[in-house]
Amino acid sequence: MRIKCPLCGERDLREFTYRGAALPRPAPDAPDEAWDAYLHLRDNPAGPTRDLWHHRAGCSAWLVVRRDTATHEIFGVELATRSRAVRA
Amino acid sequence: MRYSGFKVLVQGLTGNRGWAPVWRTPDPRPAYDIVIIGGGGHGLSTAFYLAKTHGLRNIAVLEKGYLGGGNIGRNTTIVRADYSLPGNSEFYSHSLKLWEGLERELNFNVMHSQRGVIRLFHSDGQRDHYVFAGNAIANRGDGAELLDQDGLRRLVPYLDYDNARFPILGGLLHRRGGTARHDAVAWGYARGADGLGVDLVQNCEVTGIDIRNGAVTGVQTGRGPIRARKVAIVVAGRSSQVAAMAGLRLPIESHVLQAFVTEGLKPVVNHVISFGMGHFYISQSDKGGLVFGGDLDFYASYAQRGNLARQEQVMEAAMTLMPMIGKARVLRSWGGIMDMTPDGSPIIDKTPVDGLFLNAGWCYGGFKAVPASGEAFAHLIATGRPHPVARRFRLDRFRSGHLIDEEGAGSQHNLH
Amino acid sequence: MRVDGRGLVDRTRPVRFSFDGRFYEGYQGDTLASALLANGVRLFGRSFKYHRPRGVFTAGSEEPNALVTVGRGAEQTPNIRATVQEIFAGLEARSQNRWPSLKYDLLAANDVLSPFLSAGFYYKTFMWPRSFWEKLYEPLIRRAAGLGALSGAPDRGVYDTAWANCDVLVVGAGPAGLSAALTAARSGLDVLLVDENPAPGGRLTGEDELIDGAPATDWVADVAAQLAGLKNVRVMCRTTVTGVFDHGTFSALQRSATHVPDPGDAPLEVFWRIVAKACVLCTGALERPIAFPGNDRPGVMLAGAVRRYLHQYGVAAGTRVAVFTNSDDGRKTADDLRAAGVDVVALVETRAGVKPGPDHPTFVGSTVTATRGRLGLREIRVEGAGGSQWIKADCLAVSGGWNPTLHLASHTGARPVWNAAIASFVPSPGALLGFEVAGAAAGVFSTKGAIKSGRYRAKLILEGLGAKVPRQGSVEADDTPPSAVAFWQVPAKGRAWIDLQNDVTVKDVELAARENYASAEHMKRYTTLGMAPDQGKSSNVLAMAVLAAQTGRSIAQTGTTTFRPPYSPVAIGAMGANGKGRRFAAERLTPSHQAALDRGAPMVEVGLWLRPSYFPRTGETTWRQSCDREVAMVRKAVGVSDVSTLGKIEVHGKNAAQFLDFVYTNKMSSLKVGRARYGLMLREDGFVMDDGTCARIGRDRYVLTTTTAAAGAVMAHLEFVQQVLRPDWDLRLLSATDHWAQLAVTGPAALETVNHLLDQPISREELPFMGHRQAQIGGVDGRIFRISFSGELGFELAVPARFGDSLFRLAVAHAETLGGGAYGMEALNVLRLEKGFLTHAEINGRVTADDLGLGRMLSPDKDFVGKRMATRPGLVAARREQLVGLRPVGAVKALSAGARLFEPGAGICHENMQGAVTSAAFSPTLGHFIGLALLEGGRNRMGETIRVLERLRGLDTLCEVVSPVFFDPDGGRMRG
Repeated sequence: MRIKCPLCGERDLREFTYRGAALPRPAPDAPDEAWDAYLHLRDNPAGPTRDLWHHRAGCSAWLVVRRDTATHEIFGVELATRSRAVRA
Repeated sequence: MRYSGFKVLVQGLTGNRGWAPVWRTPDPRPAYDIVIIGGGGHGLSTAFYLAKTHGLRNIAVLEKGYLGGGNIGRNTTIVRADYSLPGNSEFYSHSLKLWEGLERELNFNVMHSQRGVIRLFHSDGQRDHYVFAGNAIANRGDGAELLDQDGLRRLVPYLDYDNARFPILGGLLHRRGGTARHDAVAWGYARGADGLGVDLVQNCEVTGIDIRNGAVTGVQTGRGPIRARKVAIVVAGRSSQVAAMAGLRLPIESHVLQAFVTEGLKPVVNHVISFGMGHFYISQSDKGGLVFGGDLDFYASYAQRGNLARQEQVMEAAMTLMPMIGKARVLRSWGGIMDMTPDGSPIIDKTPVDGLFLNAGWCYGGFKAVPASGEAFAHLIATGRPHPVARRFRLDRFRSGHLIDEEGAGSQHNLH
Repeated sequence: MRVDGRGLVDRTRPVRFSFDGRFYEGYQGDTLASALLANGVRLFGRSFKYHRPRGVFTAGSEEPNALVTVGRGAEQTPNIRATVQEIFAGLEARSQNRWPSLKYDLLAANDVLSPFLSAGFYYKTFMWPRSFWEKLYEPLIRRAAGLGALSGAPDRGVYDTAWANCDVLVVGAGPAGLSAALTAARSGLDVLLVDENPAPGGRLTGEDELIDGAPATDWVADVAAQLAGLKNVRVMCRTTVTGVFDHGTFSALQRSATHVPDPGDAPLEVFWRIVAKACVLCTGALERPIAFPGNDRPGVMLAGAVRRYLHQYGVAAGTRVAVFTNSDDGRKTADDLRAAGVDVVALVETRAGVKPGPDHPTFVGSTVTATRGRLGLREIRVEGAGGSQWIKADCLAVSGGWNPTLHLASHTGARPVWNAAIASFVPSPGALLGFEVAGAAAGVFSTKGAIKSGRYRAKLILEGLGAKVPRQGSVEADDTPPSAVAFWQVPAKGRAWIDLQNDVTVKDVELAARENYASAEHMKRYTTLGMAPDQGKSSNVLAMAVLAAQTGRSIAQTGTTTFRPPYSPVAIGAMGANGKGRRFAAERLTPSHQAALDRGAPMVEVGLWLRPSYFPRTGETTWRQSCDREVAMVRKAVGVSDVSTLGKIEVHGKNAAQFLDFVYTNKMSSLKVGRARYGLMLREDGFVMDDGTCARIGRDRYVLTTTTAAAGAVMAHLEFVQQVLRPDWDLRLLSATDHWAQLAVTGPAALETVNHLLDQPISREELPFMGHRQAQIGGVDGRIFRISFSGELGFELAVPARFGDSLFRLAVAHAETLGGGAYGMEALNVLRLEKGFLTHAEINGRVTADDLGLGRMLSPDKDFVGKRMATRPGLVAARREQLVGLRPVGAVKALSAGARLFEPGAGICHENMQGAVTSAAFSPTLGHFIGLALLEGGRNRMGETIRVLERLRGLDTLCEVVSPVFFDPDGGRMRG
């Protein structure tokens, strides 16, 4: 697998670590359900998904990667700092 | 048809023409008392125990592909009961006892081989952790011994004690641990369930779950609707998709775990060995292939194939640990889909939908769990109450915080 | 037998080698198989299950039979395909899976017992008595199973790994691959052409064909020369592409020195990772056998292999050769042999309507229904409309058509599709972006077709990459259409093999179907078909056809099995080359590493770091003596320890204080410049992640420490919080762990040593407990912190890492003048344990702040990571295990980490365990063992007696539950 880091260009998978689904953190006073959903429950689709990766052995950027879990195709990569996927 | 050495002899003399089919190929009927979605190891054992222990007969197992085609057919075949924490500990201990009687229970040789599992430690801290685990095992009566380096050398002289990057100081030996022939487990349970009247329906994909007034009423399948009073989901690698048919969102993320087998070799590795620092475990099959694996590929995937970086890392672990196998050649690699939960432990529970039951989230511990998982799930489905050894495997434990986190890795699914 | 005037081997260069202890001579360019065939050797090995005699079946890497062991001692390599291994002077090969010898193998008795050893027989027996499985049955099976043997010695072979990048990867250098590579090369793109054979040419080196009126090998040489002349092309031979991975990543194994007598320091094999923008797969096709009774005897070979032995190696595979085929392609074998002067005794044609060959005794509409010959083929029985007859033959060339080599095209999940027009599976078209399949691999079998296909597929790739497509002229070559009629099995009595290597016969597949193991996967798994070292390369499709016939389905309905990497087996040593010995993981060395070694300190692993365990002095013979002395030294004088391994993270920016309030449970915004504070971080799930100190070095500047083990994880976590949760804040994070050397100087006399090192001495009052400041240390700009992990007056001195060695030596030398000295990890652990300070033995990922007695550190006034989930019922339950101290009070005085806690008198069982010891050590300060433990409801059980049981080493200790702070509970020593 190869991921195109917006800062570094295309790099081999071994430079990246994976975290999980790209979700916004609930407000501190959000209901229990929201926190349970944020930390534990997952759509876990067999298809297109958005997840968080860390270019840990590269520029340290956290990335939101849009990709397909069934085919491994990658549709797009953006910096987490600019991603709306992780904003409430 | 009962299997025995005598039967093999008689059939051999008569051209092996008299062997009966191991299971029927029934068409699905319009209604059952219980429909089990998923004909893998756990689904088949659930069906078997429902029929055998609870005397229920009007049961169908619906399998999308072929029986035993999921993770039961793609794992490293390790059977052990060496967990530390309440919840896992009593469950796997019970499972091991079932394994020890499985051949007689099923009249099918699953080749359960208690050759011993050795977990190596490389630091004082790791040793302390294994003492912690070992005492849990010992206090359950499942057998654990702490080996120092000399003791270890006597059992496995071929490890690279002197050069390994992480010095091998000793190991925790779990003698009752070992391996079993994975396919045989699925087939044995399938044959047993079929013999008790369970309909095993292959090539029958479930496409919907019918719910009325909060209670399950049946399923939609590629071969038509089937009514059922109870429906059980036990579909590792597809849990989230099937649960979604009932409107459920599960605490599961699916990941690829790779495994490898070498060409057949004369016996050299006579135990199951696990290398703590390198996420590497290995045994040698009865056919002679070295069977080994490593850590997850780490990203959510349903592709059933692994990445090259992980493959190399697994081989590197092999080389630093036991360079004796450097000239063994890897024949085949494969990837299974692991349903990872936020604490690394499984779920056997009712769901918010009446009559709908869930058995999921086995991470990569599912194979050794097959007997107890089936028994506990059958108990839950038949009686409506959790089996005593599986009562902590609750679906709501993440929300409530009653976790069973062996690794202490926290709520990130892929870290377990 | 060599055939004069044929073959590409160098007859001027004889090569001497041995097989099973006998010496033979071949020529440079021979494989072990061709050289032995030339010497009349037909028996190469024994089959897996029945130990049947077996000979060479193919001429390539798909070989199922002729597997041998090469080399001796630690160099011994099992399961080498004789058809691939090139001979070299001194090559030593041995047959395998036989005892006592290849000719007389005792386990050949299995063959007689074969009626009782049918597919899956072991699932039905060996179940009684139970204990006999591990003791008797399994050891017998294990000993009988397996093929070759490992030496048992560590593999000392040299292997390497490498990366290659290119625009276009062409796999296979046959007619299609050469054409594709040349087309791509002329566009100017970077081209990598890879082939598993020693030289390019593919099928053309094994045939007698013309291209543009000249021998095909001339065309090969011409194209190879053109490629060699282009700078943008790289040709790698003896290199097998073994796997296709996502996004244009490929794996390949180069056998760089397995064909030479003495590789010296050169790697035997190199494992390549290739990254390509596009790929043309030109992997050719594999010939398929026909199942007929007795089709496994040495001498029965694939027809294409018989031709290759003739044309490439100048070897006749027999003296009386028969050909059994369903196609014109097979007939060519008879024609070529006849042309070379080899006796063709029969051409057996399954097709009824074809004309007899003019030059051969031809049996049309006939089949081979039996064979004879114990250790090699002696005669065959031919049956047709005209009756049956036995014909003497020592070689039978069999051809049942061709199967495209589509394995690589399936590695990323694309299922092959059945093409009825050529009765073969072909790769599913367009399954992968930037991936084309050409030539025989795509089902285009003729030479002319392959060349055109290679050019065309390359052109599609070039267009996709936006490169210019070169013009090429036409080419004239053989263009025979493929046979559309498949012929799979001869319906005759007797055992007909499908999978030669695993001894799977038609009967086994029939049995599987009868027992309802009727799906392709069930049949395969039940019979073990396709699971041998050749992975069913010649048998899979035939097996599908047999199963289809059995179950009344079409082949397309029956399906094919899944192909997975590697295409051909790869040595663990090659793929894991970077893991050997200490190369497996990086080693991190502290700035004082050499200084510690100079003092004789043994090193221990802490994460990837090597840290000194203790510093032995003359007369000390055990680690405990050194450790006890070092502890006493710190308690009474001064000790010095390198703590550079602690994670050090600088946090700068206008929102730094706000950020730290968010990641720590306690407040850091209220910290004054020049002060430090102990801090606790939770994971978002509410459990403790790490602890450490946080020092404010400026209004918007902080430096944090983390534990050694968690440094990387904490840094990633902080970056996550910064970039994902708080992207709008003004923040910069810097991991400074490697930039600073940090020394702990601690003990009652610590100030003297510190002042010896500082340019400007300080007093306790100037630098109070948890204070810090900039300092000149030996003329170097550094920092001094007044913090303590020992419970004594303590300082940590930080200097740029390059000065760490000097600082350590100076500090230790001065400490020694005061009766102190260096201390290692063992003493450090005892010191912290005496004080009840935490490490990751306690912070085990399952504890809450309250479990550790730190509940008051959860600030109620602010949001912080983990705050919400820390309130879950399970995390605040009354029966949770809490941190306590343990002090032995009974006859047994020793304690061990990992021991479990019980009420005295309670039964010893899992249900009665109430906790566990997390850390334990002998305290020389207190004169007895002490332990930290997590005990159910522990804080309310002070003074209770508890039984501490460690069963693995038989330690059974009664302890009093006490405070986890054993020494100086009010902290006067470190604060004062």
